[in-house]
Amino acid sequence: MSISRDDVRKIAELARLEIADDRIERVARELSAVLDYAASLSQLDLEGCEPTVFAPGDAPLREDDLDGRRLASEVALAAAPEAEHGFFLVPPIVENLNP
Amino acid sequence: MSAAKEAWRLSAATLAAGVGAGDLSAAEAVASGWEGPAARWEADVHAVAHTDAAARAAGAAMAQAAGAKGALQGVPVLVKDNLCTTDYPTTCASRVLAGYRPPYDATVIRRLREAGAVVIGKGNMDEFAMGSSTEHSCYGPTRNPFDLERVPGGSSGGPAAAVAYGLCPLGLGSDTGGSVRQPAAFCGVFGLKPTYGRMSRYGLVAFGSSLDQVGIFARHAGDVATAYSALAGPDPFDATTRRTPAPDVSRWEHGVRGLRFGWPANLWREGVEPEIVEGLEEAAASLERAGAQRVPFDFMPGGFAVATYYLVATAEASSNLARFDGVRYGFRHADSPDVRSLYTRTRSAGFGPEVQRRILLGTYALSAGYYDAYYLTAQRARTRIRREYQAAFARCDFMLLPATPTLPFRLGEKTEDPLAMYLSDIFTIGANLAGIPGLTVPAGMTPGNGRPPLPRAVQLLGPDDSEPVLLAAGRALEVHGDETRLGRRHETEFAWPMKR
Amino acid sequence: MAHEAVIGLECHIQLNTRSKMFCGCPATFGAAPNSNVCPVCLGLPGALPVSNRAAVDAAIRLGLALGCGIRRESVFARKHYFYPDMPKNFQITQYDQPLCGGGVLPVRIGEELRLFELTRVHVEEDTGKSFHPERYGDRQISRVDFNRAGVPLLELVSRPVFGEPSECAAFLQALRRLVRWLGISDGDMEKGQLRCDANVSLRPVGQEALGTKTELKNLNSIKGVEKGLTAEIARQRKVLAAGGAIEQATLLYDADHDKLAVMRTKEFAHDYRYFPEPDLPVLRVEEAWLATSRERLAELGLPWDVEVQLVRDDGLPEDQAAIVSADRDSLQCYRNLVSVGLSRKTSANVIVNVVRKYENKYDLSPAAFEQKVPWKVLAGLFLRVEQAEVTATGARGLLEEVFEKGADPTTLFVTGGTAVGGAEELLPLVLAAIEENPGPVAQYLGGKTATLGFLVGQVMKKSGGQAVPQTVRELLEVELAKRAPGA
Ligand SMILES: [Mg+2]
Ligand SMILES: [Zn+2]
Repeated sequence: MSISRDDVRKIAELARLEIADDRIERVARELSAVLDYAASLSQLDLEGCEPTVFAPGDAPLREDDLDGRRLASEVALAAAPEAEHGFFLVPPIVENLNP
Repeated sequence: MSAAKEAWRLSAATLAAGVGAGDLSAAEAVASGWEGPAARWEADVHAVAHTDAAARAAGAAMAQAAGAKGALQGVPVLVKDNLCTTDYPTTCASRVLAGYRPPYDATVIRRLREAGAVVIGKGNMDEFAMGSSTEHSCYGPTRNPFDLERVPGGSSGGPAAAVAYGLCPLGLGSDTGGSVRQPAAFCGVFGLKPTYGRMSRYGLVAFGSSLDQVGIFARHAGDVATAYSALAGPDPFDATTRRTPAPDVSRWEHGVRGLRFGWPANLWREGVEPEIVEGLEEAAASLERAGAQRVPFDFMPGGFAVATYYLVATAEASSNLARFDGVRYGFRHADSPDVRSLYTRTRSAGFGPEVQRRILLGTYALSAGYYDAYYLTAQRARTRIRREYQAAFARCDFMLLPATPTLPFRLGEKTEDPLAMYLSDIFTIGANLAGIPGLTVPAGMTPGNGRPPLPRAVQLLGPDDSEPVLLAAGRALEVHGDETRLGRRHETEFAWPMKR
Repeated sequence: MAHEAVIGLECHIQLNTRSKMFCGCPATFGAAPNSNVCPVCLGLPGALPVSNRAAVDAAIRLGLALGCGIRRESVFARKHYFYPDMPKNFQITQYDQPLCGGGVLPVRIGEELRLFELTRVHVEEDTGKSFHPERYGDRQISRVDFNRAGVPLLELVSRPVFGEPSECAAFLQALRRLVRWLGISDGDMEKGQLRCDANVSLRPVGQEALGTKTELKNLNSIKGVEKGLTAEIARQRKVLAAGGAIEQATLLYDADHDKLAVMRTKEFAHDYRYFPEPDLPVLRVEEAWLATSRERLAELGLPWDVEVQLVRDDGLPEDQAAIVSADRDSLQCYRNLVSVGLSRKTSANVIVNVVRKYENKYDLSPAAFEQKVPWKVLAGLFLRVEQAEVTATGARGLLEEVFEKGADPTTLFVTGGTAVGGAEELLPLVLAAIEENPGPVAQYLGGKTATLGFLVGQVMKKSGGQAVPQTVRELLEVELAKRAPGA
């Protein structure tokens, strides 16, 4: 099994998902099944195969102009779970963890 | 008036001509689908996730008022619930987007409206397009109109089923690993996944950005061509669209005389149901009758593509779905005293198990220490796979192969075994990895023998921008098919009452 | 054991483009909260980024100015971490293939010109703004505004080449001057247009390997950078002196209280899960684009080159050369003054003692100053000074009238302040001065000619500084000669 219960806890933390302890074993098994299957790629000869970077890449850059997609602030906030006076409201951001 | 009532039977092209000529109104065109087929079947099939009469009426009025003779004048279209629309919610069949109404239309939606089409609602789907059966929807499953015990395929099961049972002649889905071609096969309709970069993704809620393409469902090859011409082409809001104009598919009736089609028989030597292989043989025969030439060769087994796909698609998904956090839109967990719990509780309660499974897998594939082993290797394998296709297309103009290894399977049959579910995309995934176009073509019905007859289908794959060839071949199969099998069209199919 | 500090800087430069990095929203400030936003910069489902050519162009300009290598094909990447002011919960930045690599920023520190080496310069998007928690009914909340989200930033990373906080301050001043010179940003740290984080470590003098580093954030003024670094170096010295070990950590500097707060320690280090941004094609910079940028830069010149020319060719003292080449407006004004025949020395003096003085005193932009006193008018006044029509003091008085009393310079500078020049006006003053100062006069006649200076000063006083010293001197000599013994 290529994924341990601790791996599952670690990636769940990274992905901001919480997994009940009684489900961790099962999740580990399901993920491992796919990853073990993915291991078959090692049989593939990838000599001289650069990683695909997919976008076709011939699209032009944007000129430095304003466009019509700008939203009025009421519209921008319309779908917000909680908003007031033009701001989105969130639970208190206690310490600045912004890298 | 009865002409208007029967309008749902018409092809999109005929309907548009009728509305354009004033024979019937856009509103009547829309109504015929709801009062006819939908009244009989929607409650059982459950193809539609969101709609409302007022929005449909407004859409029809807009199309009528436009008055322009758009190529899709007055044509009703059901679009997958992951395409942003201002007049219906857009939720990706997920609790995390419950009730969300986007403030903008996806580019393809805008182009639909500009062509005179009427968006009649949002099609059901697997949550965030993650699935092959439309069972993973927060609105409950969609059922296969040909056998309600069976799935319509997925993830775009809603639009596929709706086009199949006659709600509308056109549907839009999205195809990341086969999510248009596989349900098209299970529902017996045409399903096109265009060349990557030909259909704008602006306003398509992203799953696997480098794999996603908006796809088209229709009951006639010609309607796929008409819709493709109206929707495909460069979009300044999507930097992954190609700069050049989309290929011209207007000669879809041109035929296949002189074309070579690849026949990679090694792919269905095992693990493919006999009815499907039968359908392939018949399709190959019809193509030959129509003047095409068969080029047999072996092709890389699909297993590698599946392995590659589930690393690339989940990695991109884990990133694309990070934005669903309960801050700016959608669902927020009521008990979120701090930012950390806002995220974990909102996401854990908002995403279904399959979505969470794939987010975890993708997060793992990208996380420190595993990136090279998984994501990078997969992207290199992808280059190899694209080369395999290029080599094949040096020998033929397009390939004929199954769309799916099995006929429509039963509800619940694969939900417990993710890997088995993933393997049902084994014939479709390669095209997304390589960025090439693919077309599912109906191949008639299985002989019932006691149980309801089920749709069969074949798949055509071609090199970049080969949509014209694929549609010409699809059309050839539509008319040159064996009348008793391939040629069965919807008049007969719709004749069966919903017997199980 | 003696330790030396090793410091590396990571600077973020906010570009002054019209629109944001990946969408067509205004990149300007001061709008109502969440009103400069669109589906793209709000991270709405389905929205996609498209790169802003002007932002890439600015990065190329800065890269060429710093002598970086410009990558013909660079790659945008996603950097993942959850934070409420980051709409997509990932930032579009550049990772293993940045647009600009290497390069140096030349900085004059005292007499010597130091070349500080850089690692890279890359393009990325800014985050929104989240505000400190506040009371909201019976609970606490934070407010979030996304107007700033998606504004283009350049990230510039130095190698660990600084030994002293003061060097970092000088580096930032030079960087600010450069970005202003290039016209890509106002580089005002207080306004967050230039931001700086620092990596600090100590190592035994003579040791090659670097010690454990800490990261210092929130250094939002050049003073703050210097003070924060000084504080952190002192803290690390204490720890090491006490035989302790430095723990890898991220610290916040609170400038108001000159305090350091630990923000994050190693075990909470991020796993950013970088991968190439699939929504954006590889960023290609064709030869033509590079060529034009090179030409434009050649015409513009670089501040440190201009500074050297001013000393070498124009013979200006170094401190004046630095001020004249501080920004393009000052240099342009200097060249204008010289172009109409004002001496280089006077022109430089005018920039330093007039233009700069009043710009700072009244907080005028160069444009505003030019508005008040067009350079031609200014030149006119100081040409008259050079031709001894007006004295320096007289000129100063006229400037005061314009800036203090709001007088109109156009005519005033042409007619006003004319020096009391003629002998008929000066003679009475000269005679008076001789009358009132018998002592010095005697000394002068006794051969102590140096006292003449004193007498000149007396006459100048009487003239209220309006007399031309040379004329006074001549008159005095004549008058005193008459009183010489045996005359
Ligand atoms: Mg940065
Ligand atoms: Zn925007």
